[in-house]
Formats: sequence, structure tokens, C-alpha cells
Amino acid sequence: MKKEVYINSIGSVSVQKTFDDSAFLEDIVTYNDNAIKVVDPNYKEFIPPAAARRMAKGIKMSAVSSQNAMKEAGLENVDAIIVGTGLGCLGDSEKFVRDILDNDEQYLTPTRFIQSSHNTVAGSIALDMGCKGYNFTYVHSNLSFESSLWDAKLQLATNEAENILVGAVDELVNHHVETHKFIDHIKKEAVPMEDVLNSGTKGIVFGEGSHFFVLSNKKQGSTYSRLIDMGIYNTLPEEKISETITSFLENNKISISDLDGVILGNNGDVEFDSIYKNLGTSLFEENPQLVYKHLSGEYDTASGFAFWLANKIFKTGKVPEILRWNNLPINNPKRLLIYNQYRGKNHSLVLLEKC
Amino acid sequence: MNRGVAITGMGMISAIGNNVAENFASLLSGRSGISKITQIKTVHESEIMVGEIPLTDDALENTLGYAHDTYSRTPLLGIIAAKEALAQAGIKDVSDYKTGLISGTTVGGMDKAEEYFYDYYQTDAHWNHINGLHAGDSTQKIADAIGLTESFVTTISTACSSAANAIMLGARMIKSGELDRVIVGGSDCLSKFTINGFKTLMILSDTYNTPFDENRKGLNLGEAAAFLVLESDKVVKNENKEVLAYVKGYGNSNDAYHQTASSEHGDGAVLAMEKALKVAGIEPKDIDYINAHGTATPNNDLSEGRAIIRVFGDNIPEFSSTKPFTGHTLAVAAGVEAIYSVLAIQNNIIYPNLNFKTPMSEFKLLPQTTLKNKEINTVLSNSFGFGGNCSTLIFTKEA
Amino acid sequence: MSELKQELKEKIIEQLNLEDVSVEEIADNDPLFGDGLGLDSIDALELIVMLDKDYGIKLADPKEGRKIFESINTMAAYISAKKA
Repeated sequence: MKKEVYINSIGSVSVQKTFDDSAFLEDIVTYNDNAIKVVDPNYKEFIPPAAARRMAKGIKMSAVSSQNAMKEAGLENVDAIIVGTGLGCLGDSEKFVRDILDNDEQYLTPTRFIQSSHNTVAGSIALDMGCKGYNFTYVHSNLSFESSLWDAKLQLATNEAENILVGAVDELVNHHVETHKFIDHIKKEAVPMEDVLNSGTKGIVFGEGSHFFVLSNKKQGSTYSRLIDMGIYNTLPEEKISETITSFLENNKISISDLDGVILGNNGDVEFDSIYKNLGTSLFEENPQLVYKHLSGEYDTASGFAFWLANKIFKTGKVPEILRWNNLPINNPKRLLIYNQYRGKNHSLVLLEKC
Repeated sequence: MNRGVAITGMGMISAIGNNVAENFASLLSGRSGISKITQIKTVHESEIMVGEIPLTDDALENTLGYAHDTYSRTPLLGIIAAKEALAQAGIKDVSDYKTGLISGTTVGGMDKAEEYFYDYYQTDAHWNHINGLHAGDSTQKIADAIGLTESFVTTISTACSSAANAIMLGARMIKSGELDRVIVGGSDCLSKFTINGFKTLMILSDTYNTPFDENRKGLNLGEAAAFLVLESDKVVKNENKEVLAYVKGYGNSNDAYHQTASSEHGDGAVLAMEKALKVAGIEPKDIDYINAHGTATPNNDLSEGRAIIRVFGDNIPEFSSTKPFTGHTLAVAAGVEAIYSVLAIQNNIIYPNLNFKTPMSEFKLLPQTTLKNKEINTVLSNSFGFGGNCSTLIFTKEA
Repeated sequence: MSELKQELKEKIIEQLNLEDVSVEEIADNDPLFGDGLGLDSIDALELIVMLDKDYGIKLADPKEGRKIFESINTMAAYISAKKA
């Protein structure tokens, strides 16, 4: 008998003030840029100075979001830690490469190399928590977080684990931003937040963030939602997206009209946003549509922000106006579908139900 | 629930061979692939030895029919290995069953990223590699090359246990019925990044690596790609497949001790081995051969050796590390050694732990140092990585 | 010698990112590792690079570092002896 999978807590550090759990997108951080950094929480409240001195930004952000998630779930330890990251602690990788090239492979120090291991965040959280359980890191572009969720769901449904800390983290790094501007993956020009999704130009506004959640097969007082199902597809021809979503829902005995809203990954890249726009005027025409990447920026694990958002909406019953993409009314939604893709590849579906 | 997770195909390329057959021949003849470095220009060339695949990127691209400078070396190696695995499994249409791909890598496209790091600012000649630094990009290129679309494709990076974890996830996906077939393994090329990184940790040997030897001086880095095809009972039955061996047990655990080093008594390694034995439903006495992680760093071999003693007590089966043949191929190590484990089962043979002379002072463990024929039904293979990541896989002749 | 000791303290604080430690807080005889300053094996590797880069002294085996990096006194004595 398969067990249900619940989201029992959330934690977030992002471009918005999401680390503060008392408010929900009330005080929006605006920008006029093509690369946006997180609002830094007071890391010292979470990390002892001796530990902080070598930590990459991704580890620091994740210390905050993971500790917040653990605290809310009322846990000291978990059975497994699973983290998704497109590029790991890229800041240190970039510095290490720079050191190699600039110093002709001389006088290099180990810290930057150690931080560059993709699994350094998951390892560091385990070390801090003393968690000897299962410890995985997925690094598959914009399916990194979804792969982690998938793995957690598999273990919880089959009762291999009871509580799993699942996270998603990526850092903003200058070399990455500069080079991706060359190839039009990141916008060459600065764009004000309110115009990003209708910018009409190539590329995205790059962001960063860290999102952690405790998933469990036991419902408790803090439970936000139930993960009904999810889908991962490395490729999908555009003409098959609608039918794939429809059959995904049918498998779960849910029709399109049963969805109280869809959270779409529009990121303002004129070349690929048509995928969402076409769905918005066809399959999802009757559904309230929400968007978020103008607030979070786009990065490999930006869908972690969407997952945070959906759960926050369930808990508060509120849908901030700034998220709304069409005009259909949405009140206290019970069931939300998150659909994401990046540059037409790596499509994912995550279906959540309020608890 | 699937009973067995069948291995029906294998493919690899390493310093001791461009395919599985060549690798096996080298293992039998005791031919090591450790040499001076030739494919990468590094100031450390006189101080290090590596397990390098003696082919240029151009040669690899020629083999695959690609133009010059198409991909990073990581996907090139991966594509060669994945294609061989599919061919052995007799798969012509990769989509005829619900198929997935799970690959492990640590460097991804770092070889090109470091080469063109500043060049990108001067000319657009190599901009095709800018997006190749994503570890997932190399996996997607392998998926493209084998024609895998609309499927579950992902990448795992847990340092030197990556491929073990890819095999583990694949086995769990088959067992739970999420997939009928999954191609699992990994690919990692040598790079200045890893050479200099391990150099800063002062765990690179300047000569041939000597696992479990008192006077071991560290590891030799290597490069490789290795993939296995795992299939469900249903596919094996429908297609009347020949099964090479089974993935019977798996366990992953975290040492939670140090960012890079293993704990003194190998706590994480013990937990990983115990979990794998439990999943396999067998006892330590049922293991016929241990393919050890055995990197020949002072820390690993002591920690792993103690962990083996803790799990196996006085009845330690023959064990050896094959890293003196291949070098430490990082993310792929467990993939390479999974294939060696299956070959051990198929051929009833144990590989020698080359270069061993002096037993370690801390315990009385003696690795198998000669090629040995023995009935092998069950092999346990260890892989440990940075971040305290410890993984164990168990392979069996019967389901 | 006391100049060298002062310099070493400054370099250690900078190289190892010991933001909350001041030069005055490190006594010449304090253990740098374990109970003293609380440095670990990764710091030891960082200090080996510092010896190489700033003083031209190469250590081939990280184990040699243990004795040398016991305290500021031992470090200074080792560097002075090598330089002499």
C-alpha cells in the first residue's frame, strides 16, 4: 500500500524577503537589472562564525532555509537529505578556475575546490545536523529540484523513509551571467521588474535562491499540502505538451476544471514564453494563471520558489495580486499545478493539494 | 514489485580499454593504464600520474562521426559507453519500453569551461560550450545521442560515489515499477580543475597508486565513462533477454564527519554496507568478493579497511581495489567497478590489487594480489565521496 | 622574531577568514589546532600553501605540518630556521 506524501514545512531565501515567514510577498523588492541577488538574511543568527568563514553563499543561504524548514517541522534530524542544484556552489568553482589560470596552477588552496563539489550543500547540512542517512544531490539543470522531489516521493510512498529534507539552491555568479549574455540566454539589457514578463527580448533575468522543505508520509499540525503526483520529461515537442498534461491529470483522476490554478514558469524570454502563452489561451484558458519569475528571477532551481509559493498560498489562502497572469478569480485555492520548462526543454509537472 | 533488477547490457571506456572486452583483457593480463599525462597541458605533469584515455577529443569525435569541437570530453566518453551498453542489451529502439537515463558526473563540461574561460570574452569561436558547464548538459547530450526523448533523464553528483547512486536510483525505479528500463552510470573526463583540486588536498601520488599498502602515497586521477542497462522482469521475459547479473542490494549513507575526509572508523561506510546487505536480504558471509573503493589515500584505505573489518569480522572475503588499473575515475568509479563486478560474476574471477607490497600497520588486511579463479555469486562494491557520501552496491548471479 | 610572529598572526587571520579573531587574541604559545584557535585539517593545507607562497618553503607531506603548525612559536621558529 503506497503512502501519501505531505509537505510539512517550508524555508526560503530568495530575491524577495521570503526568509521572513511572518509576511507573504507584502513588501516586494523591485529592481531594474538583468541579474538579481537574494535579500540576505542575518546569516550570523544561523551559522556560528567558525563555520561560516569557509562557507560558499549557496551553503549559507541553505543553512537558513533548511534550518527554518526543520524548525517548522519540529525535527532535529531526518532520514534523508536530498538537494537539487543546477550548478552547485558555482562562485567557488569560478574562483578556483580563475586562480588556476591566473597563477599558472601555483599556490592554490583547497577551500574553493572543496566548496565546488556539487554535493557540498547536502554534505554540509548532514555534517551540521549529524545526519547519517541517505544523502543525494541532483544536478540536472532545471530538473534538479524536481529530481530531488521525485526521489523523496519514491522513498516516502514506499515507506523507505518517514521524513526527508528536500532542497533546491543556486548562486548568481558574474562569469556565468556575463558569458550567458553573450549567447542571449540572459538579457543584455536591464529590465524593470514590472516589464520582465512582457519584455519582448531574448533571454531571462537571472536570479538565485535556496528553498528547503520537509516532506513526510505522516501528516501533522504544520502540514501544508499533499504532493499528489509529478512528471519529468527531458524533451516534449510543443504540440504534445497539452496532451501530456491532460493525460498526467487523467492518471490522477483529475480534470483541468478541477485545478483551482496553474503556476506557470514565464520568464520573459521572447523565444520560449510562447509555450506558456499558448497553453494559457488553450488548455488553461478557463484556469486562473499565476506567474512568479519576475519576482524570483530565473535559475535552474527557480521552481523551488514556485513550490514555496504554492504552499504559502495554501496556508494563507491568499493570492497576492502581483502573481496573477489572467483575470479569472482565484480564492483560497485547494489544488494547484506547477508547470515549468527552460528553453523548451526539461519539462516538469508538480500537482499539489491543500491539506 | 519487481523481484530482480536485471543487468542486460554494459558499455565503458577507460584507461585500460575502449570497450568492455578490452577492459576485461587488461584486467586479466594485469596491464595498468596509469601513465604520465599527455592530453592536458599542466605544470604538474612531472609530479603526477593519471589513468588517462589515450585518445584526443578529435579522435573521440571521429569515432562518433562528430565535427571538431562539438562537445566536451565528458559527453563524448559517455556517448561511447552508453551506445555500447545499448548494443549489448540488443536495444534498437530505446523508446519501445518506458526508459530512463541517470548519469553521474562531477566535472560535466569543466574541461571546455576552463579552456575557454577568458577566451569567451575575446571571440565567439567557442560559445557553443558556454552552456555546457551544467552537469546536466552532458547527460542530455547522451540522451540526444541515443534518441531518448520525453523521458525521465537526470544527473547525480555526489562526488566519487555518483555512479553508485545513479545505479541505486535506477534499481529503485525498476523495483517500484516507475520505469521498465533505465540506463545508469556516469562519465567524467580529466581536467585541470580536478587535477589542481586534488593537488591542493595533497592526496595525489607522484607514482603508481598502491591501495591498502602501508606506504601508499595517494591516488592517481583517472577518466572514464561506464553505463549499464537495467531492465525489469517484464522486459526480460517479453524480450527473452540474457541477464548478465542482478543489482541485488544498495545502500547510501553519510559519514557526517568531515567535508572531505572519511571518519577514522568508517561509520558511513559501515552503514552503507549494512544497508546494502539488508536490501539484498543476505549476510556478510554470502559475499564472495569485495571490490573496494581503495583509492590509496592514507585516509580512505584506513577508514574503509576498518569498516570492512567491522562488517565482516573474521570472515573477510577476498578483496581488491582495481584503481591501480584505471586510476580513480571520480564520478564514474562505481560504474567502472560495477561492470568489473559483473565480469567477475560472469567469469568467476577475482582481480589483483596491483602494486601491493607491505601490509598496513593498523590491521592485518591483505588484499588479493594475484588473479584468482573462484566461484563468484555475489560481489559487494564500495564507493565513497566528498561530503561524507558512502555508497555500496551488491551484484549477484541469480535474482 | 616578534615581527615575524605578528606577521604570521595577521596572515593566518586573513588567509583563514577568521573574521571574529584579533591579533591580540592569539598568544604565541596557544595551540592553533584543536582546543586553541580551533583550526582543522583543511586549514593546515591552507597554511602549507601560505608557507610556499609567502616564505618559499615547500612541504611535500601534509603530516609534516602537524608539528610546524602547533603554535605561532613553532611556526616562527621553523620559518626562521629554514630562512637562516
